[in-house]
Amino acid sequence: MTSTTTKSAFWRGFRDGAPFVLVVAPFAMLFGVLATEAGLSVLETLLFSVAVVAGAAQFTALQLLVENAPTAIILASALAVNLRMAMYSASLTPHLGGTPLWQRAIAAYFLVDQSYACSIAQYEKDTRMTQAQKVAYFFGTVAPVCPMWYVFTLVGALVGNQIPPEWALDFAVPITFLALTVPMLRTAAHVVAALVAIAVAIMANGMPFNLALIIAGVVGMMAGAQTELWLRARGRWI
Amino acid sequence: MSGAFDPVTTWIVIIGLGVGSYCLRFVFLGLVGDRAMPEWVLRHLRYTAVAILPALVAPLILWPDATGGELDPARLSAAAATVGVGLVTRNVFAAVGAGAATLYGMLYLLG
Repeated sequence: MTSTTTKSAFWRGFRDGAPFVLVVAPFAMLFGVLATEAGLSVLETLLFSVAVVAGAAQFTALQLLVENAPTAIILASALAVNLRMAMYSASLTPHLGGTPLWQRAIAAYFLVDQSYACSIAQYEKDTRMTQAQKVAYFFGTVAPVCPMWYVFTLVGALVGNQIPPEWALDFAVPITFLALTVPMLRTAAHVVAALVAIAVAIMANGMPFNLALIIAGVVGMMAGAQTELWLRARGRWI
Repeated sequence: MSGAFDPVTTWIVIIGLGVGSYCLRFVFLGLVGDRAMPEWVLRHLRYTAVAILPALVAPLILWPDATGGELDPARLSAAAATVGVGLVTRNVFAAVGAGAATLYGMLYLLG
């Protein structure tokens, strides 16, 4: 695929991103339902999704709002959940860093799990893509996913209370996150990071205001980084 | 979920989280651009997702809100099925499907 035009790169991204609508739509709908159930208006719920565009952070913030946690703690916890966006941003910088600032500014807003995962996989597979094709591909993956995030948040906010508790929609979040995380466990270092973070999260669970999440995340990252160093020192890093 | 909270707080959270998330997404793409980053920063950033996401869901799996924080066999099995199928297939959709099928199957069987 060395001679793909910019336009075909966009549509290739669109096709690769499209299946994620199946995950994003129920997830967005669940946020709409839970947010209105928690007492947010339909407008607040929709703007939440438009402003943040990140399910995990939105659910975290919502949960803490309901628990009446201090505002600073809500923001710190939810932003900690979104720290991975900085990692995505860093990881895409070698590919998109040379494009005009306005394009990077727009791409940054649309940097989500799905657009990142599709794009980095494609860039690593087809190393001969031009900057313009890479940007076009990125926006292609965004096109089916992000609008559905807004639309289904709104649908969830509007149908809200009509969803019966027997549907156990509360568990859509853990299942989706587990499913997204497992394929990311590419090396022993990733596995160590995840296991250490889980152990710390469970042990620190009694701590107020979700501090356990931040501590577990930081300790997990350090464990992963140290494991990587250890494996490298022994020549066993991939 | 229940509880009434201050609408001003809600708006501060929405705006603050929106601006903060944008800054996190923009920081490297926008400000670093073509320059290189220190290796130790990248090394830690590589593990952010696999540390934060499991830490976020572990308490939700062990102490679900829906059961009032009681350990729930249906939800535990669903989580195990999701991880198991995810490890074998490396496929997000297969893992979600296995988790959902197990959850509904167990909820039905356990009445």
